[in-house]
Parts: sequence; structure tokens; C-alpha cells
Amino acid sequence: MPLSTTFVSADPLVVIDNVTFAYDTRTILKGISLTIPKGKVVAIMGGSGCGKTTLLRLIGGQVKPSKGQLQVAGKVVHELDSDGLYALRRKMGMLFQFGALFTDMSVFDNVAFQMREHTDLPESMIHDLVLMKLHAVGLRGAAKLMPSELSGGMARRVALARAIALDPMLMMYDEPFAGLDPISLGVVGQLIRKLNDALGATSILVTHDVVESLQIVDYIYFVSEGAIVAEGTPDEIRASAEPFVRQFVGGLPDGPVPFQYPAKSYAEELMGLQNA
Amino acid sequence: MLDWLSARVRGIGSPLVDALIKLGFGFRFFSAVFWHSGTTFRRFNLIIREVYFTGVLSLVIILVSGLFVGMVLGLQGYDTLQRFGASEALGVLVSLSLLRELGPVVAGLLFASRAGSAITAEIGLMKATEQLAAMEMMAVDPLARVVAPRFWAGVLSMPILAALFSAMGILGGYLVGVVLIGVDAGSFWAQMQSQVDFYNDIGNGLIKSLVFGVAVSMIAVFEGFDAPPTAEGVSGATTRTVVTSSLAILGLDFILTAFMFRGV
Repeated sequence: MPLSTTFVSADPLVVIDNVTFAYDTRTILKGISLTIPKGKVVAIMGGSGCGKTTLLRLIGGQVKPSKGQLQVAGKVVHELDSDGLYALRRKMGMLFQFGALFTDMSVFDNVAFQMREHTDLPESMIHDLVLMKLHAVGLRGAAKLMPSELSGGMARRVALARAIALDPMLMMYDEPFAGLDPISLGVVGQLIRKLNDALGATSILVTHDVVESLQIVDYIYFVSEGAIVAEGTPDEIRASAEPFVRQFVGGLPDGPVPFQYPAKSYAEELMGLQNA
Repeated sequence: MLDWLSARVRGIGSPLVDALIKLGFGFRFFSAVFWHSGTTFRRFNLIIREVYFTGVLSLVIILVSGLFVGMVLGLQGYDTLQRFGASEALGVLVSLSLLRELGPVVAGLLFASRAGSAITAEIGLMKATEQLAAMEMMAVDPLARVVAPRFWAGVLSMPILAALFSAMGILGGYLVGVVLIGVDAGSFWAQMQSQVDFYNDIGNGLIKSLVFGVAVSMIAVFEGFDAPPTAEGVSGATTRTVVTSSLAILGLDFILTAFMFRGV
């Protein structure tokens, strides 16, 4: 049950309704339902392999659900044809886990990529817009560098500038804090919040960085074994007595998510080895 | 017994089903590449850029190899022809060998090793590092933006590379035959001029190289796009490109030669 009813009843941009998804016979999402209201920064948290990234891929139309319905801006994503899907994606931005910058292009050309592909803007205007985007992420001075010359944090910020190139209505972040040093982590976190508010966009963060996320997001969904197990505002999450939330926020090794991978009885296995 | 039998049937059937699935995917993939080629040709600068990477950067290996192959042909050809007192026909032997067979085939094999493997590795790595997925999420179709330009660049580059290979080979044959051994230069060129037919020899050689270009480029882009997104997957795809392309070139060469030169 949602803890914060005012949040989920707000004007929704993304509505995921009873969605099930499976890779071949392996079920990843089991009838998951959630709502992302316009203008908010929402985190989807959970352990590795719980289906968080799959949710982003479903929202972006890269994969289709086996069951259920998924709407973005009133459009059912998996029912759109190719042109409709591409039209919708032009209003989305996505930050991939390791940036996914085009390695054969400079920082400037990476950020200019979408502008050149989707608009007829003159090169002089693209130049100015790219510098503005890079300035927003603090990397105007790195415009001429190649991706191989950037640190992990810088690459993530360039990818962020590229993702917001066409001022998207929906931003999706796949593990934006993974592998960053504390300074870069704080910078990226603040940029996500500030850019969302400045652009009037809606942001979805898929992450397992609890500390940073609780500082910048409006609402959090916890996913475990393909279903929502808890949700709430950062304050509600901090105060939650839900065992999964306590284990996740406290970083406890054992709890609803067991430390041990499912196996036969330890004693039974040891005895079996002795007898073998 | 029944279990053993069903395991055997599964053992045969599973690879067959996998092969059929890959074949079907390949067919759909190439249909999509051709479908997007119109968009690619409207932005010809994308193809020109790839012609630089696949064609221009292959020039050194093609020209040097062509020169040495021609020089070897000059030596071997002279050794054989002079036994029959026909050493003046060296120019014809060198040029026909290169224009009909060695030019397209050896240039094709070198192109597969140098450019084909590079195309596969590049597309495979773009997939492994999520660059293709990022492009899709930016509403840019990777087939139109990445695959089709590389495919057409390979198709356009291959006949030019084969022609340059043959030209360098003829130069190599000239250097060995005329400059080094002393075959008469007039005979070398005059016999070549009278015996080499533009349509049957040069034209068919170019058609061969065009077909090889289509085959190698198709295999290279497909293997790259189909590569599992891991280091092992990309390395396997690159190897498959070279092996499959080489076999395809040799097989196609036989078929094309059988059709082109059966009445000559």
C-alpha cells in the first residue's frame, strides 16, 4: 500500500499497471504497478537483478511487457508503431550506467548529436546550445576532449548534458552513481535535481545508492523479486519499520533478502561430502 | 532408450533451430538495412566518412600486397613461359591472372581481414558499451546511422581496392619482368593491350569484386550487430567475420567464374 496517497494521485506522466515481463522463461517483473507524477524525481531501488533496469527499458520501449499496460504521457508504449515510439523517445532522455558516449566523437559532437539528427538548427546555434548544456554540467572547458580523455564522473556529466540536449519531458537515469568518487557522486546527484527542476522535467532514477537518493528524490519505490515491496517519501522511508526497507537502508547483510543463495541444508551438504 | 533417443534428436534439432532462427534474423536484418539505405544515401557524408575508414585505411595493405603478388607472378610466369619460348606473353599472364582472379579474390580476403574485422569489432563494441542502445533511446535508428553507412562504404570500396590491387600487381609484374629480367617492354604492354578484353576481363573482375564487397560487408555488419555484448562475444564475432567472409569469397569466386568464363 502506498504510504503517501497525495503523491501517487498527482498528475501522472508514467503509469505502469500490473506489468509482467520475462526473458524467455525467467520472469523478471511480476505484475508490477507504479505511478510517476509530472515534475517529480522518483527513485526505483532494489538489489542487483531485481528488474530495475528492465523497468527503464520497458518505459523506453526497448522491450515489451508480457502482460499489463505501460503508459507514458497518455500513450501505451508497447502499442506504438516504430514512428510513434521514436516520436515519444524524442521527448525522453536517458543516462546509461557508464555514459554510453560515442567513442568516435568529441564531447561537443556527443552533445550536438541529437540536435543535428532531429533539428534543422544552424551550426552556429547548435554551437551555442551545446556550450550552454556543457556549462550546465560544468564541462564547457572539456568540449574538445574525446571520451577516452574523461574520468568516469566527467563522462557521466557529459552523458547527462547529451541526455538533456533537447530538453526532454522525461529523464531516466540507470545507476547514475555507480563507480563515482564521493565528490563526483554529490555533483551528479545535485545536477539531477537541479536540471529536473530547471527543465520542468520528470526524472526516474534506478539506483541502489540510498544515502544520495534520499537527499534528492521526491519519492522512492523499492523493488524486490519483480514486485514493489515498499514505497514512500524520503522521510517516510527513513522512518519505515518495513523489514525490507530497514535491511536496504541499513545495509544489513541478512533479512528478507537472504545472505545465502538458496541451497540445500549446510549440514546435509557437508555430510554428503564426507560420505562421498 | 527413449530418453537417449530424444536427447539425440534434441542434439540434432537444437542447432538446426538455432541456425534457422539466425537465418531468419539475418534476412530481417538485411531487409531493414536496405529499407534504411535511402535515408543513408540522402546523408552521403556518412558513407564518405566510412569509405575513409574501410577503404582509404586499407590502401597500404592492398597496394603493398598487390605489388608483391604481381612481382611473384612476374617471376613465376617468366619461369614457365620462357620454357615455351613465350616470355613476351608475360604481360598477358600477369594482367589476366590479376584482373580475373587474384585481384578480386586476394583484395577481398585482405579486405575481410582488415576492414571486415574492424567493422564487426566496432559495431560489436558499440553494442557492448550500450552506444547502440543510447542511439535508439535518442530516437536515432542504429541501422540507418551505424550499419547502413558501413555496409555501403564496404560495397563501394571493394571494387576500387580490387582495381588498385590489380594495377599495383601489373606494375609489380612489369618491374620484375621488364626492369629486372629484361622482357621487352613493348611486347609486355602491346600483348596485354591486345589480349585483355574490357568487358570480359576487367568488367567481370569488377563484378566479382562488387559481389565480394557485398558479401564481406553483409557478414561484417551482421556479425557485429549480432555479437553477444561481452569481450568474448565480440572477439568471437570478429573471428567469424574473417572465416565466413573468406569462405564466402572463395565459394562465390568459383560460382562466378563458372558463369563468367565458361564460353571464353
